[in-house]
Formats: sequence, C-alpha cells, structure tokens
Amino acid sequence: MSRNKKALIRICVALAVTVITVVLKYTVFNTYEWAKWVELALFATAYLVAGYDVLWKAATNIAHGKVFDENFLMTVATIGAFVIGEYADAAAVMILYQIGELFQRYAVGKSRNSITALLSIRPEEATVLRNGEEITLHPSEIAVGETVIVRAGDRIPLDGTVQSGECNIDTSAMTGESLPRHTKAGDNVISGCICLDGELRIAVSGTYDDSTVSKVLDLVENASSQKAPAENFITKFSKYYTPIVVALALLVGVLPPLVTGAYADWSVWSVWLKRAMMFLFVSCPCALVISVPLGFFGGIAAASKRGILVKGSNYLELLAKVDTVAFDKTGTLTKGNFAVVNVYPPDRREEVLKLAAVAEQHSNHPIALSIAREAKADRQADVTEIAGKGISAKAGDDVILCGNEQLLTEQGVPCPKAEGGTVVYVAKNGEFVGYIVIADEIKPDAKDAIARLRKLGCKTVMLSGDNETTARAVARSLAIDEYRAELLPQDKVTELQKLKSAKTKVAFVGDGINDAPVLAAADVGIAMGAMGSDAAIESADIVLMQDDPAAISAAKHIARKTLAIVNENIVASLAIKLAVLVLTLFGVLDNLLFGLGMIVAILADVGVCVLAIINSMRAMLVKKQK
Amino acid sequence: MKKIIAMQDLDCANCAAKMEQSIAKIEGVKSCTINFMFQRMTLELDDDAAQDTIQKIKETVKKIEPDCRLRI
Repeated sequence: MSRNKKALIRICVALAVTVITVVLKYTVFNTYEWAKWVELALFATAYLVAGYDVLWKAATNIAHGKVFDENFLMTVATIGAFVIGEYADAAAVMILYQIGELFQRYAVGKSRNSITALLSIRPEEATVLRNGEEITLHPSEIAVGETVIVRAGDRIPLDGTVQSGECNIDTSAMTGESLPRHTKAGDNVISGCICLDGELRIAVSGTYDDSTVSKVLDLVENASSQKAPAENFITKFSKYYTPIVVALALLVGVLPPLVTGAYADWSVWSVWLKRAMMFLFVSCPCALVISVPLGFFGGIAAASKRGILVKGSNYLELLAKVDTVAFDKTGTLTKGNFAVVNVYPPDRREEVLKLAAVAEQHSNHPIALSIAREAKADRQADVTEIAGKGISAKAGDDVILCGNEQLLTEQGVPCPKAEGGTVVYVAKNGEFVGYIVIADEIKPDAKDAIARLRKLGCKTVMLSGDNETTARAVARSLAIDEYRAELLPQDKVTELQKLKSAKTKVAFVGDGINDAPVLAAADVGIAMGAMGSDAAIESADIVLMQDDPAAISAAKHIARKTLAIVNENIVASLAIKLAVLVLTLFGVLDNLLFGLGMIVAILADVGVCVLAIINSMRAMLVKKQK
Repeated sequence: MKKIIAMQDLDCANCAAKMEQSIAKIEGVKSCTINFMFQRMTLELDDDAAQDTIQKIKETVKKIEPDCRLRI
C-alpha cells in the first residue's frame, strides 16, 4: 500500500473517532462522572492513531540531539494541549497537521510528475544496425560511427548525420519551435527530436553522454544547484525564524501570567499556554522553504519547454531584474549573410545589377557573391582590381566602374550619397548609373523581439563591430534605443562594463562562438541559436536553442513571472504567519470556531504551505506569447 | 569522484537543505547537493573515500528524514 493511502486511512479513522467523541461529549457524557476519562481515552486514541509517527520521530530526533524540527514542535504543542485539558484541540490539530502533510506530499509529487513529464525527452531505446540485423538497445550502448534506424514516431536517440531517408522531424522538445523541419540525407540531426513520418538511417556522430539531449537534460536538472538569492535568503531566514518563534512562544506562555501577577490562577495559565502552542504551530518555515525552489524550478522547466535553457535559479532571478539588453549584431539580430537590400534607381534595377555582376564575376568577395545571387553576368569582362576601392572592368566597348564612392569620384564621376549598409556604386562609360546597397539581412523576428523587450521595460543596445553607417541603419530599422559601432571584440567588453552599474543589470545576447568574454562579463549571458554548439552551452548562463530573437523576450517574460510567484509566496506566507502570531497574542483566535482557535493556527501553517506549492506550480505553465 | 544517488520519499525541502549541510561535513565528502525536484543527491567524494562514508551518508539521511531512503 502506498504511503499516502496509509496516511489517508489513519486520518479517516482518527477523524471518525474524534467526531464521535465530540458528539458523545455534548450528549451522553454530560451525565456521568466517569465519562471524562472515557473522553480522554477516546481523544488520546484518535491523537495517537493520527500522530504516532510524529511522536516517534520527535523522540528519535531528540535522541540524535536534534530539536526544533516540526515533529518536535508538534509534539510539544499537542502534549501541552492535553495537559491544559484541551483534548479535542490536541486531536484535531494532529489530524489537521497530517492532512496538511498529506496534501503537501501529494502536491510535491504532482509537481514532480509534471516536471518530469515536461522533461521526458530522454530517448530510452535505439534501433541499431549491426551485421545487417536490427537490434534494439539503450542509446548508451551504441558507439560512434554505427548506424541507427529511426522510424515514424521514434525519438532520435543520438546526434548524427542522415545517411539515407527523408522525413519531417519535430524539434519542439529541443528548440521550442513548433514547425516541423524537413530533413534529408546529408543533414545533421540532434537527439531528442521526433521523426514524424518516413524513416531515417543516421550515422552516429557522438556517444550518448555527449548527445545534445543528455547535455540539455543535465543542464536543466542541475540548474537548481545554482541557488538564487531569494532561495539563499529563505534558507538563512528559516535558520533564525524557527528558534525565534519558539523563544517567543516560551515568553508568551510564561511571562504574561507572571507579569500580571495571576500566577496562582490556573485558568490564566491555560489561556496563555494555549496561545504559546499556537505560536509553535506557526513556527515551521516549511511553506517558505519548499515553495521558493519549487517556483524557480517550475520556471526553469517552463523555459526549457520553449527551448530556453537556464543554467541556474540565480540566472532566472537576474534575468527578471535585467533592464538593459545588449545585442551582438551579426548572427544575433542579423542572419550574418550579405544580401542586396536596395538598388537605386528602382526603375533601372535590372540594368544596375547586371552591370555590377559583369564587373564582379571573377570575385569571391561576399559582396560580389550577394550580387551574383541577384543577377548573372552575361558577357566576359577584362577586370582590373583597384585595391580598397573596387573594380574597373572592360566588357566589349563598355568600361564599367563598380566600387565605393571614392572610386567614382577619382574617375571624375559625380554620384549621390547613399547609406544603409555597404554601398556599391556603378558607372558605365564615365556616367553614373546607380548604386546597390548590400547589408546583412535582419532576422524576421528581430524587430518584434525588440518591441516586446521595450514593452517589458528594457532598454536595448546594439554592440557592433561593423561600421557606423551599417550599424546605424540596422539600429534604426529595428528601433533599437542605442548602438555602438566599430567595436573590436575587447571593446565590446568595455562597452558592456560601461552599461553595467549597481542599479542596471545587463544581459548580453550573442551567438556564443566568438563573444564568450562578453557573455561572461554580462550579468546574464545569453547564447542564441546554440543547438549543437558546445562552446555556446559552455560559456552562456542562458542558452536559446532556437535561432530566434523572440525567445529573448519569452525568457524575460518567464523569468519575471517566476520571480513574481516566488515573491508572492514569500510575502504571503510571512504575512499570514505574522498575522496569526499577532491575532493569537491578542487572543482574537481564542474563541474562534467554538474555541477551536488552534485549528486556525495549524491551518496557517499547513494551509499556507499547500497554497504556496499550488501557486508555485503556476510557474510551470507554458503560455504561447503572442 | 562524483557520485549520483537516487533518493526515495524525500518530502521536505527543509530536510533536504539540512541533509546537504550535514553530509558536507562528513569526512571524505567534498560537496553534496540535493535536487529536491528530482530526488537526487550529487556527491563529490575524495578518491580514497572508504565504503563507510556512504554508510555515514545513509545514516545522516535517516536521522534527518526517517522515511527517506537512498536507492543504492
């Protein structure tokens, strides 16, 4: 029988005995003198059925020299209640305490299950091809270079390259991206994704321990060992909280009767002793201690569901407090590939591109390649390269000049000023024809992501190694608040340090490959598009599996929500406990609920705990942000 | 030497924190972290740690939360 079931039965039996005894007490027992002993015996039975384990644990703990745990406090308080003649209270309190414990265990179990389900992406078996036979093994038993077969519905067990086959794979477990990705021979695939249709043969490129899915899970599962300040605060706080409340309870129990001079009056003693016991119930820091890490973990799990890996609760708390987000430009906000973004004049687009293509046909420069993607050269040309300026090409009777502003001016061709990226001017036979603006393509979601961050109250800054013109153009089209251009890698670190201050927490978003020092210098380093890149996973605090700027605002949103929940838990449980302490002290609870004020006190303890756990589970909910 | 031990019936987060502190003080244990959500203890042990180190860890766990067991 499960532990929870056993506990439930004990609670039911104890509850039944208590209810019957209470009924008897107010009916038949009134008439007989001996009845009060029967009453005591019945309540004591209910009490023992409900709480024998508490008493036992308290006893063994004292034997081990440990006092001040919840069992000890419960024992002292309830035995005290028996001593002052509050039998029903003692039994009721013990039963409620056990109900609370049961709820708590249930809630913790529930949230454990949902987190495990959220992270149940670990492949449990793999079909490997050995000597022409298919064998099913645990992925850890498969070596690099072997071929695994993945069929529709299977999870890809190990990282590798597709040898043959074609299918759509669902990468959502790893990246949070909901659109399936088409995969064919030659593509690299990562473990943890699900094959939706078709069949793949994959050449394994790494062992199970090195697989992306293992790394991701390790990261998420170990995230809670990096404790957040809020968590450390609670651990420290609870260390002092319990002894202080216990000391207060002692004072409340003893001092008032002595001070008021009523020490000969038993009824005064019994009132204050009862209040002292209620103090003891409230002295357990359980709600705080449990709900804080649970809230953070819920947040971390929710983030990982969206392809956002957070390496520790502390980073989640920091991210919630971040008010400035700095971005690397290339590869983060832009795609890192050059493309023609503008041709002037628009009505001569074809002609301008054609001429440029002819002139640049022998070049492998990224700019030349981006032009070649737009237009094909249709004739041969005799090309002279003018270093740092451009190209002069002789094609048939035409002399084509293709290069920067300086090239044309030097050849006596006047041309208009243009900006927005790298500008290639084109002239034919000494006459200006037009220009082509080439720039790094901006990622489609980048603008949206910046807008969302602004809505969340973040200042955005772009740190770019590119020239002033390009940086300004990108910053403008994305509506970024500030930009810094022409930065060398070490300048980025300096700029980032300048942004940081006691009040300003700065997150840096980069691709994690060549900006590791900047990631490290930031309060929170976020590596983007890191699927499969060990370097990025290593150097960043938060890893975005997907190459999508929108994940940054999603991460920030989750972090905020989590921290809000954790703060709610801390404030609410402290406030309720404090309120109960004050109300108890002034005797407001004494006559509540037909004199069962102790029940209110115990509810303040276990009830708050359960509420806090339920609230924490909210952090786990993943909502699509739109 | 790193060792990961699965735990069972770890109910109280406060106890987990107490266990971490007490176990870290045992001779031969460099560090101890308990993951409450996954009920898992990660130990960093000295390479020459004796078998009774594990025994001591077991006892400590039992002392702090009698219902909780290590699955080794």
